[in-house]
Amino acid sequence: MNGFTIATPAQVLAIDVRLPDLDYAAMAPMLVLFGAACLGVLVDAFAPRQSRHTIQFALSFIALTVALLAVIREARVGSRELTADVALAIDGPTLFLQGTLAVLGIVALLLVGERALEKGGPFVSQAAIPVGSEADRRQAREEGATEVFPLTLFALSGMMLFVAANDLLTMFVALEVFSLPLYLLCALARRRRLVSQEAALKYFLLGAFASAFFIFGMALLYGFAGTVSFGGIHDAALLATTSPLLLFTGLAMVAVGLLFKIAAVPFHVWTPDVYQGAPTSVTAFMAACTKVAAFGGLLRVLYVAFDRARWDIEPVIGTIAILTMLVGAILAVTQTDIKRLLAYSSIANAGYLLVGALAFSKEGLSSAMFYLAAYGFTVIAAFAVITLVRDDDGEATHLSRWAGLGREAPLVAGVFTFLMLAFAGIPLTSGFTSKFAVFGAALGVGEAWPVALVIVGVVTSMILAFPYLRVVVMMWLSEPAEQSPTVAIPGAFTSAALMVGVLATLLLGVFPSPVLDLADRAAEFIR
Amino acid sequence: MGGYLGSYATLGLLLAVGVLFFLVAMTANRLLRTNRPSAAKSTTYECGLDPVGGDWAQAQIRYYVYAYLYVLFAVEAVFLFPWAVIFDDPGFGMTAVVEMGIFVGVLALGLLYAWRKRVLQWT
Repeated sequence: MNGFTIATPAQVLAIDVRLPDLDYAAMAPMLVLFGAACLGVLVDAFAPRQSRHTIQFALSFIALTVALLAVIREARVGSRELTADVALAIDGPTLFLQGTLAVLGIVALLLVGERALEKGGPFVSQAAIPVGSEADRRQAREEGATEVFPLTLFALSGMMLFVAANDLLTMFVALEVFSLPLYLLCALARRRRLVSQEAALKYFLLGAFASAFFIFGMALLYGFAGTVSFGGIHDAALLATTSPLLLFTGLAMVAVGLLFKIAAVPFHVWTPDVYQGAPTSVTAFMAACTKVAAFGGLLRVLYVAFDRARWDIEPVIGTIAILTMLVGAILAVTQTDIKRLLAYSSIANAGYLLVGALAFSKEGLSSAMFYLAAYGFTVIAAFAVITLVRDDDGEATHLSRWAGLGREAPLVAGVFTFLMLAFAGIPLTSGFTSKFAVFGAALGVGEAWPVALVIVGVVTSMILAFPYLRVVVMMWLSEPAEQSPTVAIPGAFTSAALMVGVLATLLLGVFPSPVLDLADRAAEFIR
Repeated sequence: MGGYLGSYATLGLLLAVGVLFFLVAMTANRLLRTNRPSAAKSTTYECGLDPVGGDWAQAQIRYYVYAYLYVLFAVEAVFLFPWAVIFDDPGFGMTAVVEMGIFVGVLALGLLYAWRKRVLQWT
């Protein structure tokens, strides 16, 4: 036993143990949501069945509002700090994205809480019961499953932690905290149980693989830098004299985990199936909030930890961005199901967001954050419309069923037309301003890769306009099918969500400067 | 017994003795016993009963809840043991107790939920 000492417990204790400083005000949004989610579990266990939905909805709504207020308060104070040692970074992007998450979370919550469209709501309570068993038929008849609310809150608290995480370990915990509830939420659809469970299982298995990649990459980065904090990795990349092999392998594996969550090609294969199988309000939640959270994390990793390696990673992630835009746009053209169409559109949009992210500039960051907020509102509103077009079997998502919808329900078809035009990036919608901002930021860098990305972006935008406009043409100019679906009268919640989504899409298109300024002022990471 | 790997020598010795013991016992067995095989003797031994049916068995799905809860509390115990050793040492104190309280509380919340939803009942 020479030259190799192991500290005894007494020696370990001799080291001065100090708690890291915790800024509870800055952590309040996450703590409030987590606490409310725990409370929600209790409500579900003890409150009488009839009043559960009211209590749960009110609880979730209040929690999200309080979280939003806490974020606004932090933003007013102008906090820029690392807290919990260096585990959390409370800076501009964190606060902007947390605020976005809270607002989009509230809008998505309105969709989740809607009960007018389907008796007892569109959810069941237990995800894992075998389809076709007596127990499963019973729970599909039973009304009033409210587990969906605490699960949504857990997911949102994880997302808020994810965008604030300043080291890989915290980021991984946050990733799991928001992923696990999402897997479950996907399997809770009351109708088409088998498709719903299939979606959840696919999402879970692929997500677990992605998490494994992430954690393996984290181990390699720790091996390189001797720390998992982003600032430490940045310094190590700057000063290291050893081979950067571990750094790049680690980054690649961490990136696989993150690119999976943002649905970038070639890690996108889960997206259409999951978007289609999950209950539509959950899909709306995922499409808006997961995108915000995952991109927030990716942006922080790229800008804070790997700033120095940008010349090396630009070609790789640039290629992925090009593939993402192309595959998303081209496959969107071939889709016959509206939810799958929006899934491929969401993949293509991940590509546009990557264009902004790869600008590696303040403008790139602020435009990507603006894009996330604008896209979130539009996509929630679009899925809200999908929940309204129904027949006896629930939602009629096949595109052929939407033919002639303009004649039957001009208002709903008009709203959907507006949203499709926003997705297509027509001026006076948020789709135009956000694409303009992202491409402008990339062009502003004036280097080869960003310019190439913008060219691909513009071309794919034109390709992508085709499927959107085809839906519009189909709704207004086609003859209605024999048994056309009816458009349900939206309840108050869906109406509110729809109105917020459409208004935001319009306002961010016509009068984007306040939010653009806000994003611009927020666009600075701390290390 | 010096050097970096010295402390592993005992382990290696134990391993060697173990292997030797097994070999000697089984070889002695083989040399001493009689050997009269028959068809009945070469069938699968299943507690003295004749084996019937296929080898494809289905596990009762209800076990998954118990397996799940077991894993949960096994992991909890992993964190509880080191905590129990140090929580009253200087520098830890009340904060450590409260933190562990929150951790156990959140897990207990899950158990409470499972109990109220009657997942713990067998029938």
